[in-house]
Amino acid sequence: MSVAAFVDQAAILAGAGEAQGVASTVAFDGVSVAYRGAVVLKPLTLDVAAGEILAMIGPSGSGKTTALRAVAGFVKPAGGRIRIGGQDVTDTPPHARGLAMVVQNYALFPHMRVFDNVAFGLHARGAAKALIDERVTHALGVVGMSQYAKRYPRELSGGQQQRVAIARALAVRPKVLLLDEPLSALDAQIRRAMVEEIARLHAELPDLTILYVTHDQSEALTLADRIAILKDGALNAVGRTGELYRRPPNRFAAEFLGRANLLPVVVDADADASGFVAVRAGDHRLVVAGSHERTGAKRLLCVRPQNLTFAADAVHVNRLVGVVREVLWQGELTHLVAEVGGALMRVVATKVADLPSRGETLEMFFAPADASLIAEDAVG
Amino acid sequence: MVEATAAPGATRVDLGALWVAPPLIALAVLFLYPLTLIAHAAAYDASDALNMAAAWQTLNSRAFVNALINTAEIALASTAGSLALGVVLALIISFVPFPGATFVARLIDTFIALPTFLATLAFTFLYGSAGILNGALMQTFHLSDPPVNFLYSSWGVILAEVTVYSPFVLRPLLAAFSLVDQSQIEVASLLGARTWRIIRQIILPAALPAAIAGGSLCLLLTVNEFGIVLFIGAKGVITLPLLIYDKAIQESDYQAACVIALVNIALSLGLFTLYRLAARRLGA
Repeated sequence: MSVAAFVDQAAILAGAGEAQGVASTVAFDGVSVAYRGAVVLKPLTLDVAAGEILAMIGPSGSGKTTALRAVAGFVKPAGGRIRIGGQDVTDTPPHARGLAMVVQNYALFPHMRVFDNVAFGLHARGAAKALIDERVTHALGVVGMSQYAKRYPRELSGGQQQRVAIARALAVRPKVLLLDEPLSALDAQIRRAMVEEIARLHAELPDLTILYVTHDQSEALTLADRIAILKDGALNAVGRTGELYRRPPNRFAAEFLGRANLLPVVVDADADASGFVAVRAGDHRLVVAGSHERTGAKRLLCVRPQNLTFAADAVHVNRLVGVVREVLWQGELTHLVAEVGGALMRVVATKVADLPSRGETLEMFFAPADASLIAEDAVG
Repeated sequence: MVEATAAPGATRVDLGALWVAPPLIALAVLFLYPLTLIAHAAAYDASDALNMAAAWQTLNSRAFVNALINTAEIALASTAGSLALGVVLALIISFVPFPGATFVARLIDTFIALPTFLATLAFTFLYGSAGILNGALMQTFHLSDPPVNFLYSSWGVILAEVTVYSPFVLRPLLAAFSLVDQSQIEVASLLGARTWRIIRQIILPAALPAAIAGGSLCLLLTVNEFGIVLFIGAKGVITLPLLIYDKAIQESDYQAACVIALVNIALSLGLFTLYRLAARRLGA
């Protein structure tokens, strides 16, 4: 095959929006899905920026996989439109959407060798042999599976099969990569390694837009630029990963995205321009991040377990006193559960010089910036 | 170290080994003894004298060669037809959602339970000389002779056998298709594959062992098919089972019948061996 022909082939695929570097947006515009009249996804409006990793998380039945399948074209929305790269694809069949997908059980074709698995999409899109060879070699190299090209899927471990599945998806240079719980079938150790690999992969392919569905909040926190939390078929919260973690908008988001201590408090004085507000929890007077708060309003104070310390300093100025109920040593971490005015507060510490015993009084400190307020009725 | 040894002269009888006796006796009485009788009758003539020349003459006869060719042609064509029809029906029932798909599958299954000549009888009513189709055509076009005559040829036999034996292919294919990972199909379609490529490269390879198993069984049954061929009574369509019947019952030439029967048995066992080898190799 001549260089010109090779370039022509690449151009053909690029014309379909498949060239790497052509980052695409995804837009859910009031997308709803119903099965036999039962609504499983309530009207969802959500935008995914080009080159972004958006993680959709939520418990089983929350609608996250349904939303992903609507993007793929496997389920037809009952309402709303889906746009990829600005183009309405709601009525476009899956094979013409220019996407690729990696699923939980890998879905490798068992009768094909690794090379043929990875080449499948390129064959389907009519790529020339030289381009197929180049793309497959590159994709296998990216996931570190070059030496396994001649093996059958059954001859690979779970982690290796998942790498091949990722290579197969990358080889077609998709507009958007859909990942549907891709690591759920792997054991914990391999899963951690694969999360890091996907993070490295996205660093190497920064223009690749990824829609990542998972129920594992640690995967979402590690990989996602933004996180959308779904609950009961509806969007519960969405935001930049760090912000959503530090300032969850409601109780469900706070508790689903990592562990959260939620302490009932009453606003002690109107919030001022500083971005901090004084609150009272029983006898404890605390200062936490907050604005637009009115005196006397009932709120839930949200502070993450790792943000509580056992000693005060210039930053950790808020003080809580409780009674130790549980001491759980877990090797790297020690979890202490203390009761503060009827609410249980969890503290996670990496080093504890003298472990307190159950029943002992425990002082805990946290920084105002590490705590936020959630409206009590905003239960998500 | 002290080792326990059996006392000299003491013999232990493993009574468990006796369980092998009933099947061996049944095999000997029901299969091996009749087979020996057939083999004996094939080599000895009516006066119980060894007569290999007569056996050789039967094998060289035009009737035998024609029957062998007819048997092979009809069996292969029927198997190919059953495979084609079975694959198409199984694909539609499994992958094209329509109301009543399960009922249709069950209905086709019932063919397995019916006697083979029943389809032939139905075909006679439909496509026979005095059947519905010919009657309608003759009345409509004022014809004096029935225009549709395929039923009384090899094609009639093949059509009847395809109708009767397709379920033998359909059933294992439906089972195999139900095991095809849906996510493989979805991933393939998202990678750009259209329906035909998915069928060709994803679904059919996954169902190949089932197709081989069903097809081999079909071939085995069509080689030995007697009822359909006899019932249709197509002129010049003589297969090995029918020739055995003719020789034994019509001509009372038992030696020739037994020689042909031995060939038929060898053919069946050979096909069965191939079927088992293929099934084992492909994991069916």
